[in-house]
Amino acid sequence: MTVQAAGGRQGVDWLRRRSLLMEVGIVALVALFLMFIVPLLLSGFRLNLMGRFLALAIAALGIDLIWGFTGLLSLGHGVFFALGGYALAMHMKLQIPATASSQLPEFMDLYGVTELPWFWRPFDSFPFAAIALMLIPGLMAGLLGYLVFRSRIRGVYFSILTQAMTIIFFNFFNGQQKLINGTNGLTGFKTILGATVSDAGTQRSIYLATILLLVAAYAVCRWLTSGRFGRLLMALRDDESRARFTGYNPTGFKVLVFAVSGALAGLAGAMFTLQSGIISPKAMDIAFSIEMVIWVAVGGRATLVGAVLGALVVNFGKSLLSEKFPDFWLFFLGGLFLGVVMFLPDGIVGLIRTQGVEWFRNLTGRSKQLSTYPSLEEDPEAQYERKNIDDRKSDG
Amino acid sequence: MFASILDGIFNGLSIGSILLLAALGLAIVFGLMGVINMAHGELMMLGAYTTVVVQNAFKGIGGPLFELYIFFALIAAFLVAALVGLALERGVIRYLYGRPLETLLATWGVSLILQQFVRSVSWVMVFGLILFSLLFFGGQWLLKRRADFESVQKWIVAALLPLSIGISLAASTFLGQTYKLAVTKPWFGAQNQDVTAPSWLRGGIPIGNFQLPSTRLFIMILTIGCVVGVYWFLNCTKWGLRIRAVTQNRNMSACLGIPTRKVDAITFAIGSGLAGVAGCGLSLLGSVGPNTGQNYIVNTFMVVVVGGVGKLIGTVVGAMAIGIADYVIGTGILGNLTNNPALKEVFAFFATTSMAKVMVFALIILFLQFRPAGLFPQKGRTVDA
Amino acid sequence: MNEKILTIENLTVSFDGFKALNNLNFSLDTGELRVIIGPNGAGKTTFLDIITGKTKPTEGKVFFKGRNLRPYSEHQIAQMGVGRKFQTPRVYLNLTPRENLELACNRNKGVFSTLFVKTPPAERRTVSGLLETIGLPHKADMKANLLSHGEKQWLEIGMLVAQAPDLLLVDEPVAGLTDEETERTGELLLSLAESHSVIVIEHDMEFVRQIAQGQVTVLHQGSVLCEGNFDDVQSDPRVIEVYLGQEIDHDEDASLENIGGLLEPVNAEMN
Repeated sequence: MTVQAAGGRQGVDWLRRRSLLMEVGIVALVALFLMFIVPLLLSGFRLNLMGRFLALAIAALGIDLIWGFTGLLSLGHGVFFALGGYALAMHMKLQIPATASSQLPEFMDLYGVTELPWFWRPFDSFPFAAIALMLIPGLMAGLLGYLVFRSRIRGVYFSILTQAMTIIFFNFFNGQQKLINGTNGLTGFKTILGATVSDAGTQRSIYLATILLLVAAYAVCRWLTSGRFGRLLMALRDDESRARFTGYNPTGFKVLVFAVSGALAGLAGAMFTLQSGIISPKAMDIAFSIEMVIWVAVGGRATLVGAVLGALVVNFGKSLLSEKFPDFWLFFLGGLFLGVVMFLPDGIVGLIRTQGVEWFRNLTGRSKQLSTYPSLEEDPEAQYERKNIDDRKSDG
Repeated sequence: MFASILDGIFNGLSIGSILLLAALGLAIVFGLMGVINMAHGELMMLGAYTTVVVQNAFKGIGGPLFELYIFFALIAAFLVAALVGLALERGVIRYLYGRPLETLLATWGVSLILQQFVRSVSWVMVFGLILFSLLFFGGQWLLKRRADFESVQKWIVAALLPLSIGISLAASTFLGQTYKLAVTKPWFGAQNQDVTAPSWLRGGIPIGNFQLPSTRLFIMILTIGCVVGVYWFLNCTKWGLRIRAVTQNRNMSACLGIPTRKVDAITFAIGSGLAGVAGCGLSLLGSVGPNTGQNYIVNTFMVVVVGGVGKLIGTVVGAMAIGIADYVIGTGILGNLTNNPALKEVFAFFATTSMAKVMVFALIILFLQFRPAGLFPQKGRTVDA
Repeated sequence: MNEKILTIENLTVSFDGFKALNNLNFSLDTGELRVIIGPNGAGKTTFLDIITGKTKPTEGKVFFKGRNLRPYSEHQIAQMGVGRKFQTPRVYLNLTPRENLELACNRNKGVFSTLFVKTPPAERRTVSGLLETIGLPHKADMKANLLSHGEKQWLEIGMLVAQAPDLLLVDEPVAGLTDEETERTGELLLSLAESHSVIVIEHDMEFVRQIAQGQVTVLHQGSVLCEGNFDDVQSDPRVIEVYLGQEIDHDEDASLENIGGLLEPVNAEMN
């Protein structure tokens, strides 16, 4: 029996390796398709949108990491997104040609600031800004996470506190005219790494860079969510106090995941800012942060593909619908929230997984696939129980 | 020095009572039922818009009766918000009990819809909605008599839904094109509406060396009235007892024959109605717009978090504490109390309305380090917490 | 005389004035299996909450292996060697039994070692062995929410063992199990007791008779009513009074065995 078990184990390992290889292949193919085929299909405007939405997909991955896998619904990722955006924007605002009359960003002249505030100085260096755009939101998330998780605040309380945080940061950034141009935000970027930002070629490189970063973010999330660490995240989501009594301290794990998630949002914010050309406190609007959550919900939470897919689908839908019916866009968005929660709890990917596979099998004339326990799959009682368990499953 | 402290306390209490009024309904819905209603602010907004409508109606009547419109508005606001809340509970929240995060997202969707609704509501839209409801729900009601209704329900819905949408859309479009702007013009539109307080609420009452505006005093009295009313309802009535029973042990209550579904609906309707009353009170303080509710939602949630769940006294104390902290920090009074120049500078930095919020949030986080469950937590053996 | 693994001195826990535990004294020898019984509301679960650090004592001290437990939180106490099984089976429903056990088996429970270190082969072997012991090797790789109630109970006991604790706290392990499952659970606990110190909280008197080789402690209103071997306790008039709520004539054939039957509906409701 033991030998058999060991053999089974090796078999499982081999299967895992094969599916991992397949996954790498598929991701590479999709990335290459996005990089080289899509630009031929879309107009410049739509391609820019695509680039922005791919940047948003990075943030969606971060949301999925904490909501889908760890069960923490953050309504404050807009803050981390904005922090990343501001970090890069500050760097770009400092790219002032030496010949210019003032060596300060122009809004500072407007408000009569004569000297560069101290915290602006290090952003002059690109490596610093590149690190800071992930490190600052990551640290911020880690700090807040530490304070909140340490006192065992969970579930809706966590959501409410993160939401309060967005308002706080919004107020803070909105009110600091002299330091970061308040309501208007930072815009009018000229150059990055010596290249003109608005240049078509530069934008093309930024588009490619976004895809590469998205792939990297996907890989990081994939690594975090598989293996023991990922299983522990799910354990924390399903029954935190059980994990505690097994000897794990949930605080550390949650802080790390929340920080990584915040850093990803920061990266997304930076890439988005590069392509949209502006970052303002509007990114810290409550609505934007909740929208991020709905991307993941639409795509299917606890699946990384779902997060990316959801971000793209919802945002393209948004840009189409809000062009066509600007007055009614909020009705659609509100309806989307309601519809997804009430009728599509597992999102698109969940629907494909459960219904799609069966439908495809029916279509191709194959019978319903039975996993290890044929009797279990056919036993109505077991099915009923399973359904009940699924119904009862809550993420609070 | 003493006067400024008194001033701080008085103004703080005034802000606190506004917060409390807004948070009272939430304390019931969130505190007792555990439902996160993100549309709470929008229910307040509906209450405020109801006040606008009632006011305009009374303007038409004019005369001394106009001076009393606010009382009718209070009742109307309560009823409107309670009805919308009831519909929300029946239509959405009922299906999501025990899944607080999903409830949060769904009610956020509802809040977006309500915001857009007050912006674009017009006669055509109302007509279309009524026609749709008649066709869709009426159709289902008619077909319910069929013996095999259960088995074909899916198909009926699938056929009725696009049919009713199509018919009501077509009919509204036709109406809109025939009568043009007379019916398509939004009732309120995106711009803010103003409520004029009755003349007896204008002006103020001098207390010491500052003046307490009558509207604020009115809100304070209204708040006290609501708190007492809620306390009385929960502790001295049959339904209040049932609500408390269901809150503590839903299954046991159901076993004892308490109609839990009905209790849920009533609790939610009352919480929503209180939001409407709050909206009515708040409309006296400034103009009313589609985003009115959004400004309050986070603050009110903070009140409930600080106060702790399940006890009315927590909400009262939490609201007052936040209100006073907000005012004291926001006006920079603290700066006068210290001689340390560095500390003075810090207080000066936070001495604006928006920066005070930053400081208050930091204080709340700090507070939660020591009292994670709020001021008045529920204690006891909790097996699965 | 064995060394004491757990000592509790003058323990009082009060919630808003209500004393769930009242001046309780208790001690457990290393390697001992102790059964704790008591009517509903006797403070049994609070007792476990205190040992595992979930609730902090209002007064009094708890010593585990000579160390005062007050400053430690749940996960630290668990790492010191206290394992707890809950009343209703609490396993991670979205993970497989193998993954459940691997998580419990993980020796170094820090964030980074969990992230960077792969499960060592020795732990994998332990897990495979445990799967055999709890009778789940054939269901090792399906989600735990497909397991039956009894299988979940065993899986949780397995997780407890995987944690390699010195003291096992088991809260009503046979509630809701069939007679056969109950007996097998009893055997499992007895075999565990050979290498661990165990505290079992139980209502089912038949089951208590099966596993209580040594002392039985009766809790009542937050303090120890009496201690002794099963038969002594069973015939103690105070115990009978506590369970039936009135003095019973000793000549009558009233004993805890009958009471066990009385309690069963209560058990069923609690689960």
